[in-house]
Amino acid sequence: MRILVGVKRVIDYAVKVRVKPDKTGVVTENVQHSMNPFDEIALEEAVKMKEKKLATEVVAISMGGPKSQETLRTALAKGADKAIHVEVPDADIAKVEPLHVARVLQKIVDREKFDVVFLGKQAIDDDASQTAPLLAGLLDWPQALYASKVEKAGDSHLKVTREIDGGLDTIKVKLPAVLSADLRLNEPRYATLPNIMKAKKKPMEKLSAKDLGVDLTPQTKTLEVNDPPVRKAGGFVDDVPQLIEKLREKGLIKS
Amino acid sequence: MCFTISLCSLLSNFQVSRFNSTLVIAEHDDAKLAPITLNAITAAGKLGSDVSVLVTGANATKVAEQVAKVSGVKRVLIAQDEKLKNNLPERVTPVVLASQKQFNFSSIVAGASAFSRSVIPRVAAKLDCSPISDVTEIHSAGTFTRTQYAGNAVVKVQSSAPVKLMTFRGTSFPPAAAEGGSGAVENAPAGDIKTDLSEFVGQELSKSDRPSLTTAKIVVSGGRGVKSAENFKLIFDLADKLGAGVGASRAAVDAGFVHNDMQVGQTGKIVAPELYIAVGISGAIQHLAGMKDSKVIVAINKDPDAPIFQVRSFCFKKLTVNGHFLLH
Repeated sequence: MRILVGVKRVIDYAVKVRVKPDKTGVVTENVQHSMNPFDEIALEEAVKMKEKKLATEVVAISMGGPKSQETLRTALAKGADKAIHVEVPDADIAKVEPLHVARVLQKIVDREKFDVVFLGKQAIDDDASQTAPLLAGLLDWPQALYASKVEKAGDSHLKVTREIDGGLDTIKVKLPAVLSADLRLNEPRYATLPNIMKAKKKPMEKLSAKDLGVDLTPQTKTLEVNDPPVRKAGGFVDDVPQLIEKLREKGLIKS
Repeated sequence: MCFTISLCSLLSNFQVSRFNSTLVIAEHDDAKLAPITLNAITAAGKLGSDVSVLVTGANATKVAEQVAKVSGVKRVLIAQDEKLKNNLPERVTPVVLASQKQFNFSSIVAGASAFSRSVIPRVAAKLDCSPISDVTEIHSAGTFTRTQYAGNAVVKVQSSAPVKLMTFRGTSFPPAAAEGGSGAVENAPAGDIKTDLSEFVGQELSKSDRPSLTTAKIVVSGGRGVKSAENFKLIFDLADKLGAGVGASRAAVDAGFVHNDMQVGQTGKIVAPELYIAVGISGAIQHLAGMKDSKVIVAINKDPDAPIFQVRSFCFKKLTVNGHFLLH
């Protein structure tokens, strides 16, 4: 089984983003970036599947500017065998939509055989949560989203436990399939120094969307980006009775 | 599939059509319509068009009767088929596509939930359209607002997609009245449902008599500061006194205090109750994303520097682990 894992370079989750004064987007220059947390989890699961001899090869792919190569090197250091970088000029990155990414992934899958495409459930920058189901639709493959457990079920199926709104459900999907990782699937490993050194020697293929014949014309135009409304700071209360009194006054709790 | 692509390019030449129509994909558990569908019907009405609702499933007829009564619904399409039991996205998609082929909707939408996030983009891929997730505001039939970066950037977008595929944030739109409508009910055109791709094995749903987290008027949430699963009983007791739903931070879920479907935040549930009480929650960016639109926020935390205090309305700093949470 060959697994393709999508990894995205995003602003680090701990950074408080700042909206640009001209309202065109958020400030990304000189801001700490890292691999999207959900992608780390997808990659970890793929590498684990390889360690359990369920998978033979794990290929990491990223679509983005030149710095996405750092994200791919991290993926190689964490256990991916090969990397594919689909380069997008920095100026166009903000216009790339999940649909474009899904089309690129589709072309890669058409070019060589993969049994599983494993993605994160969402990127923490655009919060779209679309790429996995879009890709499954384009390929006509089954999808298992928000996976919190992935098991083999015979030679041709995977059994996946998913985090849904009311709890958990379990489905069986026929291979080839698209999977997306939720938070509680696993605890991603750290890349060790020797592995970071070894990763430098692993192969990285460079392509462009054009090489793959994918048109990046956007269907969604950003008109403006604003800060969320600021909440008015409240006051402190000294004790519980005072808190309850305040809430009663506001009619939020009944006597 | 060539049909839909040519349909898409054909449609884009008539961006400003005189007649708009919206299809809402209903979510239900075979017995009851999910409340978020009512919020989606309100949002669909704001697109300035006729609203149709598609109900798919093994027991769709019963739910369709409920949907027909919802205010603002003009037409209800029923796709009842044993193959649609549990509404797997691989099976719902062809039904949506068949309905689209027949009625040529200008928008296909649903409430932003785990179910619709699985279906809407899959349908979008088939129609060659770029979907828009978690819309919080509708300005026109093609201009919308949504948030990014865990709610820290509010983005206004204009979609040129031939068909607008969207999910709506439930807490941003009031629910449509469940009574007073008189939608016409008819059978949906048959889709080519393949059953070999995926199958439903089973589910473990959390049972609770408390109000649902996403629709509760009051929510009490516990975080790492609650310290243990046993102490979480304090949170449940307080919630029961207030008739509240119970939420949790990621830390509380990861520590095993409570089940993961209670997680509030960027990647959990988005809530906007009248009153949100955060107990032992520091207020990380990712948690705030799920609750900062609450009307009144109360923080109970012993760390005066916790970020939660920047969004709260009242706070109470002197938390003891034994907590005096009795409300009379």
